[in-house]
Amino acid sequence: MDVTQYFDYALMAMLLAVGVAIIRLRNLFAVVMLTGVYSLLSAAWFTSLDALDVGFTEAAVGAGISTVLLLAAMLLTSRECDKVTASRHWAALAVCVAAGAALFYALPDMAPYGAADSPANTGPGMEYMTRTAEDMKNIPNVVTAVLGSYRGFDTMGEVFVVFAAGVGVALLLGLSGRRREEDQ
Amino acid sequence: MWMTFVDFAVAGMVAIGMALILARLFVGPTLYDRVLAVNAFGTKTVLFLVVFAMMVGEPAAIDIALLYALMNFIATIAILKFFRYRSLEVALSQMALRRALDGEDDA
Repeated sequence: MDVTQYFDYALMAMLLAVGVAIIRLRNLFAVVMLTGVYSLLSAAWFTSLDALDVGFTEAAVGAGISTVLLLAAMLLTSRECDKVTASRHWAALAVCVAAGAALFYALPDMAPYGAADSPANTGPGMEYMTRTAEDMKNIPNVVTAVLGSYRGFDTMGEVFVVFAAGVGVALLLGLSGRRREEDQ
Repeated sequence: MWMTFVDFAVAGMVAIGMALILARLFVGPTLYDRVLAVNAFGTKTVLFLVVFAMMVGEPAAIDIALLYALMNFIATIAILKFFRYRSLEVALSQMALRRALDGEDDA
């Protein structure tokens, strides 16, 4: 039995605790901190699930950039969140329960973790396992080789999209906080 | 077998430390408790990833740990700038000058 699964459980429990705390806390600054911690935790979990490329992206975008962007958004708004009426809580709870029920309904159709006959392990991507070994020597991670080389053009498009989104958000938020001083 | 047990025990203790820091982050009465807790949590995550990389024998995970250390630094600098200057636009090289002009009063 794989011992790393116990770390998966521990990380998922901490993710759940952080998620509940984000909902419960009224102090928006603490919520920004906790979203950063949530990204760190989920990136550690992705690494523990052997998805190194996803963990890398989550660490860079989630823990680094989005904390800064949320802080920049907090420069334009207040430090505490308003009270939310109970009726809106019920509507959100209904949506969450419905989505969760749909996910649990779909769960039995999922292949076991790491199963050799799952669609992910028998689909068209498998030919890259041999191609990568032939084309590039000593590549430790096939996914990174596929993203960086065989699908390099596609990855460059993603970089453009993420860069445009980041510049757009930075222009919208202003990052300077001057407007807030003028309001006072 | 013995080394596997040691790795597992060390990673488990680091995970317990992460949980304790999370508790401080949830209740932390002042904002500075939370800033310190986030910083310490990032360090704990880096340690956990390095031990984990040793445990599963995958040195590529250490690269992720390095990226975490860098990202943790960026986030901490942004948070401290937010507190001190109410702005993220001030360059680090101008911070001493700005402090001299503003006097030592808290932002």
